[in-house]
Formats: sequence, structure tokens, C-alpha cells
Amino acid sequence: MKQELLMGNQAIALGAIHAGVGVVTGYPGTPSTEILETVAKRNPGNIYVEWSVNEKSAMEVAAGATYAGIRTMVTMKQVGLNVASDPIMSLAYIGVKGGMVVVVADDPGPISSQTEQDTRQFGIFSKIPVFDPSSPEEAYRMIEDAFDYSEKYNTPVLFRPTTRVCHANASITVNDSRRVIKAEGFIKDSKWVIFPRLSYESHMKIEKRNPVIAEDFFSYSYNKVTGHGKKGIATGGVSYAYTKEALSSLNGTGKLMKVATPYPFPEKLALEFLKDLDEVLVIEELSPYLEKELIYLCGKYQLPVKIKGKLTEDMPWAGENTVKSVTEAVRNFLSLPYSQSETKEISITLPDRDPVLCAGCPHRASFYAVKRAMKGRKAVFSGDIGCYTLGNAKPLEMVDTCLCMGAGVTIAQGIHRVEPDGVNFAFIGDSTFFHTGISGVINAVTNETDIVLAVLDNSTTAMTGNQPNPGTGQTMMGSISQKISIYNILSAIGVKHIERINPFDLAKAQKAVTKMADIKGVSAIIFEAPCIQIVKPAPAYKVYTEKCTNCEHCIKELGCPAIVIENEQVTIDSTLCNGCSICSQVCPFGAIGGPEQ
Amino acid sequence: MAQVTNILLCGVGGQGVLLASEVLALVAAEEKAEVKQTEVHGVAQRGGSVVSHLRFGDKVFSPTVRTGTGDILVAFEKLEAVRYGHYVKPGGLMLINDVEVMPGQIGEYKPYPTGINEFLHKKGFTLQAIPATAKAKELGNPRVSSLIILGALSAHLDLSPEAWERVIERRIPAKLLEVNLKAFQAGVEIGKSMAQAAAAGA
Repeated sequence: MKQELLMGNQAIALGAIHAGVGVVTGYPGTPSTEILETVAKRNPGNIYVEWSVNEKSAMEVAAGATYAGIRTMVTMKQVGLNVASDPIMSLAYIGVKGGMVVVVADDPGPISSQTEQDTRQFGIFSKIPVFDPSSPEEAYRMIEDAFDYSEKYNTPVLFRPTTRVCHANASITVNDSRRVIKAEGFIKDSKWVIFPRLSYESHMKIEKRNPVIAEDFFSYSYNKVTGHGKKGIATGGVSYAYTKEALSSLNGTGKLMKVATPYPFPEKLALEFLKDLDEVLVIEELSPYLEKELIYLCGKYQLPVKIKGKLTEDMPWAGENTVKSVTEAVRNFLSLPYSQSETKEISITLPDRDPVLCAGCPHRASFYAVKRAMKGRKAVFSGDIGCYTLGNAKPLEMVDTCLCMGAGVTIAQGIHRVEPDGVNFAFIGDSTFFHTGISGVINAVTNETDIVLAVLDNSTTAMTGNQPNPGTGQTMMGSISQKISIYNILSAIGVKHIERINPFDLAKAQKAVTKMADIKGVSAIIFEAPCIQIVKPAPAYKVYTEKCTNCEHCIKELGCPAIVIENEQVTIDSTLCNGCSICSQVCPFGAIGGPEQ
Repeated sequence: MAQVTNILLCGVGGQGVLLASEVLALVAAEEKAEVKQTEVHGVAQRGGSVVSHLRFGDKVFSPTVRTGTGDILVAFEKLEAVRYGHYVKPGGLMLINDVEVMPGQIGEYKPYPTGINEFLHKKGFTLQAIPATAKAKELGNPRVSSLIILGALSAHLDLSPEAWERVIERRIPAKLLEVNLKAFQAGVEIGKSMAQAAAAGA
């Protein structure tokens, strides 16, 4: 036992290691990424860890391992669960042998995601139990319970922390021992083969089993009802921490229910909570999940309790809760007086620091080459998920669409069907290409669609902190694997015109784009230059003030954060510049140069 | 109500805000019953404004600070002090690194706002300017300004100098340790003289 300051995600990883997990798979995605990274870093040596090519693969690799009797954990962000939902829906029916915990990090806000979907709802949909930790320290202990419940009831379980649990640090007592889980190996049995008849039987079993789990959850230690009174607050997840904070600062009292296992809903616990209450305020993020469960129970048992929350507009529908918003809601609900200590929102117009592509980012160069080549032509630029989504900002404005992982390739095809006279570009990063991009390219080739595929190959998964991917040739077990060539894949699936281009050679890149844009069918440009976060930067460039006319062309064209105006003179911040040279190729007066000039 | 110290560290991505808050959290973890710390990761990190919340005391529930209750705000960059100023309690302390980082000029030039200190002063906050960037240049490494700022902050916290030293030794790579320890000490001196000047002024 020792005390460690741990991030929620690290706590989940160490909790799983302690619980005897044997196989861990996942796909990077904020706010879940550090879980798998920590397992790899703190691997006692007998855990198999991989970044899978996508969440569906991760889920299936783990499914195979659990069939063979080992404890498995799969990690992803909430939208990753959409990709993995095919295998997990069926796996709910097939069941598991070794305990299987699927960690899905939700992102209220959203802070760095496309949607505010609520994984607790996926519990209802898939009939898979859900654990909802309220703090990093609770997550550390709860993950072991999740494995135990999974094995006890032969089902995968969902474990869904949210951003403020994943990325909060707390001092946690860590147990260094590791439970020994012996894998029996795969034993052949018809139960591993899903057939309609089996599914019918499984469905019946699940419907009988889940009320038993709900009953079991009644006595689960992290579910609890405390306090007394006529007014009650129901909460779960990080909102529980905010509620405790609010009650403590307001000296408020009342009945409080914390739900740590939202599905199957612990009905008995809720009935104990609802007993003798007049009014309930439900404090939760994303969906009105607990709120609807309570309304359902009030109807089922004809309880005269008023349930307030999102549905009654007492709580906001979207965005994350804060200590402030929860304190306000609790204060109103319990009719407590205002405290004195308040600082009003400070009103001054501040310039935003919008996220931008880094100085020296190869994506800026690639986008700029395409922009120059397509100047004056009708063209749509479909984008995808990754750092390069930032190419949508001024002054590049080169991302016209972004939907979900891999969608840029296929959306471009749909636009082409309606606007065949324009050029349809699809930008996609290397990791996203491997994740779900390839099938879209096959779709374009086989359906004879005119698109220009622009693969932005920066040799890493940059957005989530530079994880390896199939193109980079490393594994999370520390070995060097075969690098998978994007060029060879495109060639093999029938793309006839492929060019590999260094985006930092602007003239050449522009010429290649012009050529590819006029080709019928699928053409592809692979822009190859590593992410500046993974290479040693080149020496900084500088502005020759005697030649510079301060026309600001470089600033207006590129939007590089290293080019600034200081004392009315355009200048390059040498601490930010990574020496990519694009600005020197753009300057009409030859007023920007590198160290050798 | 349990006694909790609420601190915010803010600045621009790349200034060392995250390293500083990690060091502070580790020091607090050595000496206090409970510590919670959080910051925004992901898309907001790139070239953007960064804020880290840190709370320690007997019992800490939320990892984030409620607006209007922050005891100290440490701004690694001037205008970021304004952006997160509403987290600070009335009259609360703001330690502001005397440096201006121009926001990314995406296509058009916007001047840096003026009169920030006067504005915050009028709002009733207690301001202390920390010349960390200048001091770091003097020490020969502009990257150590975050340790100077931490040193200045340490003068306002009841965390032992030994704990600070232990954590810095543990967390900073050996070849950069000496200059970082020197930077921290320089910060402590700045913090002390600021506090004395403030006391004399009062």
C-alpha cells in the first residue's frame, strides 16, 4: 500500500492491474487515452496491451481473450462506443468468461468531442450493467468491483467516467499486489456462436438476470442514501462531488441519493430515498437519466413526489455542471440565502486564444498547397477528425465538413453525386485512415466516384498525444512492428493515381494537386511530413526588416502562431518557430529567410 | 465547513502551467490530507489558454474551484489573469507574471489589450507582478520561469521548503535540476520581498 497522486485515468489503470486484468485493448480518444497508456507503462510484464486499429477491433480482440477466460479491459471515448457497438451488442447476449470491463469516457461540455451522448443510456439499450465513478479515488476501487460483477453475472460491464473524473488528480492509496486470475483457455462450445435461437434464449435470460443485478446493486457500497427531510437530491458521477461541495459550503441539509450503478437501476435504493419525500432535485450531466428512472418509479408505485431536473427546466439540458451551477441549483431548491462572497463575471472583451495548428505543422503546408492549387475553382474540402480539423479556422478555411471518424472520404462522394462539376477533396490523417478511412476509399473506387483523397500522414496520432498507429510500426508492448504502407494499401485497392509529396515544398505540392484534381476516378496525394511534436525542430526563420514591407501577406495567408507583429513590424517569434520554411515561400518580397541565407 | 485552499494557475499552452501545477499538487500531496487538481486537456491545449484548478485541505470533494472562491490566482500571462479573474474571491490575491503573449493572429491583426493591471486593481484584487520571464533570462534559461513563479507562490502557502525541494528533485530531469532549483529560490526571494512591500504599503 502506498499513497500516490494519480489522474483518474491512471487510477483506473492501476485498479485494473490490481484486479488481475490480462488483456487491455483500446483506441485513443480524449478523455480516455491515459488509461491504456498507464497500463502499458506500469505493466508488471504479464498484461497484453495494444492500441487497436479502431474501437470495434479493440472490442473483438478483448472478446476473444475473455472467451479464453482472462480478465480484459477495453478503453475508448464515448463516440468510440458507437464504432464498437456492433460487437458489444452481440457480446451482451453471448456473455463472457473472464471478467470484461469496457471503459467508456463520457465528455460533458463537450470539451473535446463531437457529441454529448450518455453511456448510461447505452446500458439500457444493450442491457449491460454500468458503473459510474464520482472521483478518481472511487474509480480506483470501483474498477475491481466491475470485474467481479462481470464474472459473477457473465456479462461485459460498462465503466463510464466523465472528463472531470478522468482528468482530475487526487492522492490515492494504491495496493501494489496483483490478483491472480488463471485463464482456463478457450473451450469449444456452441454457446460462443450467435444464432437467432440462442439469441432468443439469451434475451430471456438477460431479462430475468438484470432485476437480480439491480437487487444486488441495492447493497453495493458506492450506492447510498444519506440524510433526511422532505426534500431530496439525487445525483451520481462527478455531480455528486459538486453536490457535496455545495451542501458543505451552504450548510445545507436534506436527503441525498448517490447512484454509482445507473443500470440496472437499483430500484430498492431509490424507493428508500423517495420514501416520505415531497420533492426531488436530480443533479446529473448529459441525459435526464436518473430523473426518468425516478419519474418511472413514482408512476409505478404511485408516489406523490415531484421530480425536478432537466425535464422541468430546473437544470440545463446541455453542457457540463460546475460547482457554481450546482451550488446555485441546490441553493434555490433548498431555499437557502445567498452568501456574500461572490465575484461577478469580469466584463472586458478579451482576444480569444483559439486553438490553432502549431507553428511548423505540416497540415498547414498541405492545406495551403491545395488552397493555392484550387484558387478560383469550384471545390469542396471534406475534413475528418484530428488536429487537421483546425484547418477550418481562418485564414486557411480548408475544412468544409467534419462529421465523425472516417466520414470525410465518404461525404466527399455524396457531394460529388450532387455536384459532379466541382472537385471533391477528402482530407484524412494517417491514424484516421487506418481507423475507418480505408473502407470509404474502397467504396469510392468500386463505385467509380471522382474524389481527390488527401492523406495527411504525419506519422503519429497527434491529437490525442502522439500514439503509434499501424503506419508507425511500434506496439504498446515495446516491440517494433512492420510499418503498414498507406501507398501500398491505396494501390492494392485500385487507386491508380497516387503521389507522395513533401508538403513543405510548396511549388511541387501545388503542381501535384493541380494534376490530381483533373483526374477521373479516385486520385490520392499522400502528404508526408512528421508532426513537429515528434521531431527535432529546424532552426527558426527570421524577417529581414530591410526587405519587409509589412504587407502582412504571411499572416493573412498562413495564420502561423509564430508570426506576430511587434512594434508595428512583422516578426517571427524564434521561441515558437520550428523552421518549416513555408512563410519564406509565401513572402512576395523574399523578406523571410532561414539561418543559412 | 472544512478549510480548503483554492488555487488557479493559468497561462498560455507551452508556458509550463501544467508542469507547475503538477509540482504544486505533488508538494501539497506530501503535506495535506487531500489534494485535487484538474485541467482541460485535448483540443483546448494547443496554443490556447490553459487553466489548472488545485485544491487542498482536510476534505476536498470537487476537483474544480467554484467561481468567486479562489484564494490565489497565478497568471503566467497577463491577460489570462482577466480571463479567469472571476474565479478569485473578492479581494483575493493575483500573482501575475509580467509578460504579454500575443494571441495567435489568425488572418488579422488585433492589438494586445491595455490597462489590465489598472482594471484588475479597480476590481479590488490584490495584485503582485512577478518579473519571472525577465529573471529566467537572467538565469540563462527562459524555460525556468514557471519554477520562478512557483517560488513566488510558495511564499504565500504553508508548505514546507523541504517538500518543495524534494518534489522538484524528483520531478525535474537531473541535467536541468540545478537551474530549476536556482529559479525556484529566486522566485521565493521575489515572493518574500513582494509580501514585505505589500505589508509595508498596508
